[in-house]
Amino acid sequence: MEGLYDVIVVGGGHAGCEACAASARVGAKTLLLTHKISTIGEMSCNPAIGGLGKGHLVREIDAMDGLMAKVIDKAGIQFRMLNLSKGPAVRGPRAQADRSLYKKYMQQALIETKNLTIEEAAVEGFVLKDNKLNGVLLADGQKRYAKAIVLTTGTFLNGVMFTGHQTTIGGRIGEISCTGITPYLKQMGLKMGRLKTGTPSRLNADTIDWSVLERQSGDKNPQAFSFLTDKITNKQIDCGITSTNEQTHKIIRENFSKCALFSGLITGKGPRYCPSIEDKLVRFADRTSHQIFLEPEGYDTNVIYPNGISTSLPADVQSDFIHTMQGLENVEIMQFAYAIEYDFVDPQELNHCLGVKKIPGLYLAGQINGTTGYEEAGAQGLLAGINAALYAKNSGKEFYVDRSQGYIGVMVDDLITKGVDEPYRMFTSRSEYRLLLRADNADARLTEIGYNIGCVSDERYAVYKEKMQKIQSFNKYCENKIISYADIENQGLSVKHNGKKSLKDIMSYPNVSRETIENFDSEIKKIDNKIYEQVEIDAKYSGYLKREYEDIEIFKRDENLKIREDIDYNKIGGLSTEMVQRFTRVKPKTIGEASRITGVTPAAVTALLGYIKNA
Amino acid sequence: MDNKTIYALSTVFGKSGVAVFRISGKSAFNFFTEMTELKLSKIEPRKMYFLPIFDVDSRETLDKCMVVAFKAPHSFTGEDTVEINCHGSKAVIRSVSNSLSKIKGFRLAEAGEFSRRSFYNGKMDLTEADGLADLIDAETRLQQEVALKQMSGTLFNLYEDWRSRLVSLLSYVEAYIDFPDENIPQETVLKLENNVFKIVEEIENHIAINKVEERLRDGFQVVISGPTNAGKSSLINAIVKRNIAIVSDIAGTTRDVIEAYVDIKGFPVIFSDTAGLRDANDEIEKIGIDLARKKIAEADFNIFLFDAENDSPEIFNEYITEKNNYLLVGNKSDIITVEKRDELIQKGCVLISAKHNENIEAIIDALFNYFIDIYSSSSAHLITRQRYKEALEECLCNLKRFNLSKEIELSAEDLRLACRAIGKITGRVEVDEILDKIFSSFCIGK
Repeated sequence: MEGLYDVIVVGGGHAGCEACAASARVGAKTLLLTHKISTIGEMSCNPAIGGLGKGHLVREIDAMDGLMAKVIDKAGIQFRMLNLSKGPAVRGPRAQADRSLYKKYMQQALIETKNLTIEEAAVEGFVLKDNKLNGVLLADGQKRYAKAIVLTTGTFLNGVMFTGHQTTIGGRIGEISCTGITPYLKQMGLKMGRLKTGTPSRLNADTIDWSVLERQSGDKNPQAFSFLTDKITNKQIDCGITSTNEQTHKIIRENFSKCALFSGLITGKGPRYCPSIEDKLVRFADRTSHQIFLEPEGYDTNVIYPNGISTSLPADVQSDFIHTMQGLENVEIMQFAYAIEYDFVDPQELNHCLGVKKIPGLYLAGQINGTTGYEEAGAQGLLAGINAALYAKNSGKEFYVDRSQGYIGVMVDDLITKGVDEPYRMFTSRSEYRLLLRADNADARLTEIGYNIGCVSDERYAVYKEKMQKIQSFNKYCENKIISYADIENQGLSVKHNGKKSLKDIMSYPNVSRETIENFDSEIKKIDNKIYEQVEIDAKYSGYLKREYEDIEIFKRDENLKIREDIDYNKIGGLSTEMVQRFTRVKPKTIGEASRITGVTPAAVTALLGYIKNA
Repeated sequence: MDNKTIYALSTVFGKSGVAVFRISGKSAFNFFTEMTELKLSKIEPRKMYFLPIFDVDSRETLDKCMVVAFKAPHSFTGEDTVEINCHGSKAVIRSVSNSLSKIKGFRLAEAGEFSRRSFYNGKMDLTEADGLADLIDAETRLQQEVALKQMSGTLFNLYEDWRSRLVSLLSYVEAYIDFPDENIPQETVLKLENNVFKIVEEIENHIAINKVEERLRDGFQVVISGPTNAGKSSLINAIVKRNIAIVSDIAGTTRDVIEAYVDIKGFPVIFSDTAGLRDANDEIEKIGIDLARKKIAEADFNIFLFDAENDSPEIFNEYITEKNNYLLVGNKSDIITVEKRDELIQKGCVLISAKHNENIEAIIDALFNYFIDIYSSSSAHLITRQRYKEALEECLCNLKRFNLSKEIELSAEDLRLACRAIGKITGRVEVDEILDKIFSSFCIGK
């Protein structure tokens, strides 16, 4: 039948791209519907990928053969490993992108994806058959059929943009908004709300006085995002740094009443970690200056993204305060900043697979789940896409990542057990197993399970296998190689004479570099840095990692205690009405998940445990 | 929850003739090696042994008990289990509990934990499970009651203060880690060490000044002071005669001080006297008086003894402070007039005759009432208190590992674990709490 697919993905943003590609990789006949093919993979806000926690997510996407890492490796114009001076667990890769190259390579990757069809059309509703989801309704009345649907609507779901008191309907500047889907979702009984985000103005590089500005450069040895990329070959370019001053602040303060946020026009909550400049002024009233990064949007463009001054003030005020800043006195403003408000679904409506609990076959990913960020969106897209494909193919399987396996798991678990009250962004502090969930070992954590579910190619799996085998044998080598006290002391190290010391023991000493280790054994020189690094980290973190593994063992014990879907919480003795409500709302799948629901008491969990063990 | 070996008193504290302790976990049988003379190889499961048990450190005999071991999986929890049946007196329970807490890998069980372990190990069936909800309910109510009583006051504020300070410190570290491009002032991070040291010091002091526990172990200090002729030695002798003198006449630090270690109705008490208080004529005696003053100030309880015939209780006024717990005792009651007697009683004095052994009971009773008072106020919730101590010690252990010379994420890990440990007493640490602190303390985000 014409127009019949396994999976339809609605939306071509970062969640949609990963979702349709993952679904297709798993072998589902997939359709990507977007209202504008030319903006597939658009970076609507900051032209950058990665950062702390976010970079970790991109590596995890890559470990499961997703697209984001491979694309940014080709489109990046400034690569920096954040926190290089700190330990490996808290290092996060970040790169600025050439906006148009990113889009280009993303689109190219999708075109090259087997099983995937891309069609330009706006989706305005669902097609239901026997009360079951059967497809989507297009704006022109046509229908497309599929067994599973992934919604990645981003800021387009009833999107409204604000510049001062002026409001424009649309999901991105110059584009339409999607109004048809919300009524369907509400009718299906989903709890929904509004969230807010914003994007700063864009400046003309040719009108900035760069000579007076401080520069920020990328790393000398740029590191790739993808485990499959050998080397970053793109030319690296600098950013400029300017800052707000008292004059800037004075202008903004005088115009507080004109901004959409404070005048009550915007009701949705915005992210605290990405505050508008007026927010910063209110919350940190004593600061007289804030740093602004001037980030080029690409090689062949004069557009500059001023990172740090998103605002919902009117255009004339924006113009006034921007011109007070050093280097920007005569800058031409190419596009004014705006705030945007959009619909989201309470993520407590979802399960660990990002499926809507009330509507089998419907999956949600990205900002519709209350998150912010390309990386958060991409990671969810990947997970939702895989699950939609598994569902459509009647595989009887589902795929999820738990908190001890990846940041993807941390994010999804946080979302579905706690809900959101501001756009959710990833931080490394959100993970209780931070020393284990590192950007450098995402492949070791996820490639195998990705391969087993069918979303990792044979080629990547072979590379992964070889790497793991090398790490293992090198690790064994280092553990078995015993070094005498005399040799250790000859290297200027002090050593306790209490038992044999292996090469790996020595690696764990503070401030012991690879060169020192090579002095003990010149064979080490042959070892690839990526291999060496893994064994070294294992040594340096050993005591702490042991504790994390123990914690994980306890965590898994609760995670392995499954709760049946048809459980009736009213039947459990000793549960208060409040606890029954909390459990019923979230419908936890495991005892571990139940224990993480906001407001649930340990006693309630124990009662639940008692019940399921015997039911 | 972890995999440690857990123990708890299974009977109600202080209300049963026989108290039962239950130990469960991988190293439960270590109880035998640590606290008895029974060899591990000699233990037969399900056989009751009658044997003395010792304190882990002092090797002092705590009680003679009936002890039985169950080998996994043939026990209530499905783990290795030991049950100790000891005497139900508070002192015995306390000392056994204290000793168990010192065995490596042992910790106090949490509410419902024995039942929970028994679930994990598949030891409970449907009928038992129904009862469990009630059990948990009861435990929770008890816990809440205990929590309300104990945590409403200064203790809660104290622990919460430490925890929130630690969360603040952690939020600095986390901000420093998660927002590398922001201007987190380096000096803020560097100040952390001092702040952590300060908290370590405070917690250590708190654990150390847990006086009652210490006194129960080492004895309450009761100091008898008064003029040279008041009859201090006779009074000590009279008390010693009536009670069990554990050790008597230990040589004191000065010629004049004698000490006696006496058991008063179950409380260990060290009596000592001081040099005569009034006769400060020469240098040597002045030194003696300074020493006496110091002893009076440090005593848990003071007995101010005077010659009822020739002296008045006012001579002690300069030694009495608000902090003192004291009793004014007039000696030689046998030779004073009725008027004098009435006058002194009016002033709140106890009248005795050490020589004729008269009314010594009044002193004993006053002491006992005082001891029982502070004892019950501090150890009414003995088990809970022990839980606090364990949590605080775990917190300390992590804080002591903290330093800024190692990788910052490891320092963060130390702080996280320390917060989590206190959080076991006052409530959990939520990531959101840390993020809240970060966003309110720093201007984060571009």
